[in-house]
Amino acid sequence: MNLEELLSLSLKAIWGNKLRSFLTTLGITIGVFAIIVLVSIGSGLQSYITHEISSLGSNVIFVMPGSSGGLGALLSNKLSLQDWKNIQRKTISTAKSTPEIRQLETLKYKNLKSKGAFVFGVSSSYPEVVATAKIAQGNFFTAGQEQSGSNVTVIGQTVVNKLFKGQNAIGKRIFIGNKLYTIIGVFAKIGSVAGVDADNLAVIPVETASVQYGTKSVSRIDIAANNPDLLPIVIRQINQTLLKTLTSDDYSIQTADSIESTISNITNMLSLALGGIAAISLLVGGIGVANIMLVSVTERTKEIGLRKALGAKRNDILKQFLIEAVMLSVTGGIVGIVLGMLVSIVIAILLVSTVTLWSVILAFGFSVAVGIIFGMAPAIRASKLNPIDALRYE
Amino acid sequence: MKTIYDIIKMVNITKIYTGADVETTALKDIDLTVRKGEFLAITGRSGSGKSTLMHVIGLLDTPTSGTYFLNGTDVSKLGEDELAFQRNKEVGFVFQSFNLLPKLSGLENVILPAIYAGVKNADRTQRAVELLTELGLEDHLNKRPNQMSGGQQQRVAIARALMNDPELILADEPTGNLDIKSGDDVMKTLKQLSKEGKTIVLITHEHDIASQAQKILHLEDGMLISK
Repeated sequence: MNLEELLSLSLKAIWGNKLRSFLTTLGITIGVFAIIVLVSIGSGLQSYITHEISSLGSNVIFVMPGSSGGLGALLSNKLSLQDWKNIQRKTISTAKSTPEIRQLETLKYKNLKSKGAFVFGVSSSYPEVVATAKIAQGNFFTAGQEQSGSNVTVIGQTVVNKLFKGQNAIGKRIFIGNKLYTIIGVFAKIGSVAGVDADNLAVIPVETASVQYGTKSVSRIDIAANNPDLLPIVIRQINQTLLKTLTSDDYSIQTADSIESTISNITNMLSLALGGIAAISLLVGGIGVANIMLVSVTERTKEIGLRKALGAKRNDILKQFLIEAVMLSVTGGIVGIVLGMLVSIVIAILLVSTVTLWSVILAFGFSVAVGIIFGMAPAIRASKLNPIDALRYE
Repeated sequence: MKTIYDIIKMVNITKIYTGADVETTALKDIDLTVRKGEFLAITGRSGSGKSTLMHVIGLLDTPTSGTYFLNGTDVSKLGEDELAFQRNKEVGFVFQSFNLLPKLSGLENVILPAIYAGVKNADRTQRAVELLTELGLEDHLNKRPNQMSGGQQQRVAIARALMNDPELILADEPTGNLDIKSGDDVMKTLKQLSKEGKTIVLITHEHDIASQAQKILHLEDGMLISK
């Protein structure tokens, strides 16, 4: 029998048992669907984060309190405002920098509130260091305003919308915590970062923040080298400066590249884990195929006996059932791939998700393999049936 | 003038079934020669070894000992796939219960042996249509077995048996599930095939069916008795 005949034979058998075939393929469909969607979410997350990080710029360095990956920083933050000042002095000709004192606050204007807003105490260099901080209206505060501890603020789009209904906010005074600040500028829209609204933001001078929140510690220091080639020199200068007062366990230096590779590792693991979970459901689907094929072989014992009596060789019978199993699982696989891609596209609109070619190929390959692996045992059983016994079977 | 020769030549064929603790001798030293074009009936009560003999003749089963030449080929030592090949080429089966595949049309059922013989689609379809037309089933090509009468189904089965133009037609109680009229039709068809030169071996327990053959052999306790 040639392939065309085998395919039409299998198609007839599958079509002849529509409901059962549908339910069997459903198991594979769900497994493949899960692989496509979960892997798409995983890699969507990865490319999103990678994109976010590369938008920071390849010349950006972050100094974080505590050793890399350690939790020590949460207990005792030894990175201080003074450390930033030392760095700033040392890198005066190679980089711009800003500390960040980060707080969550409620912002108020008259009876309107914006809860859970980020308040960042930063230096006047902030817009030059942080790529996403673009001024849309008004001005950023000056070095003079920064050092004198002025009560001025630059706010994000969400704050403008919530407190001023999108109307002009420049010159208005709002409460940040229990202090009044004058709005001197508005940031351009940043968007949401990993599901968090980055525009619910008020930036104030670092000295002002230090006084208001009674802290000399900084959440991190952002440094932008004047050009990417200076990065190694700037890192050396930072280490030289910080090691005078701190140990290497008290801080860690991260660049866009190092963050990217760390996060890539995490999201790769995530993709694999999600894919693995999905693969288990595909395995269950495969067992369903094996089960239905065994039932089918038993039901069609008489047919197998007759075909053998009429001249079918072992291989003819083996191929017939194997191709049927593969067809079942591949049909399920293709439906799963199409559904998975559609759902991934919908998810991409709401969250992040990227359909990757490798997950489609993998899912398709998996469903073929599942068909062969789980179809093999029933097909072998069918091919070994003795024609006399099979013909007598009722 | 056709050369007359032996289509079946069995010498000392014995078949022993080995159960868990008993051995059953189903066929004992069978010597059987059937010449080309002969119409032979084999009769016997149930348990006489009739079915076993039919299976051995039809290459569905292999003898425990003895030699068997089918149309000049020694088939007593062949493996499963070689038996399938010989069966496909040399034997046409007509069963008591028709054994048509219920989900295939009459035409598709008839084509089956040609598929396993590797005949091209157009050729086999043409031949199947011709055979079914000869048997008066031209209006039933695309009907399924359950849309046909028993007699019609058995005629489809005969067309299937003829599909690969085998030398031997092996009919196992072909009238057993049919009414008298349909049974007569089937017997007429078999006799007609015999006239056309086919070798027919008919297995039956009904005497009046067997008596329509040229020659009757009787099987008793696994041994052949000429009548």
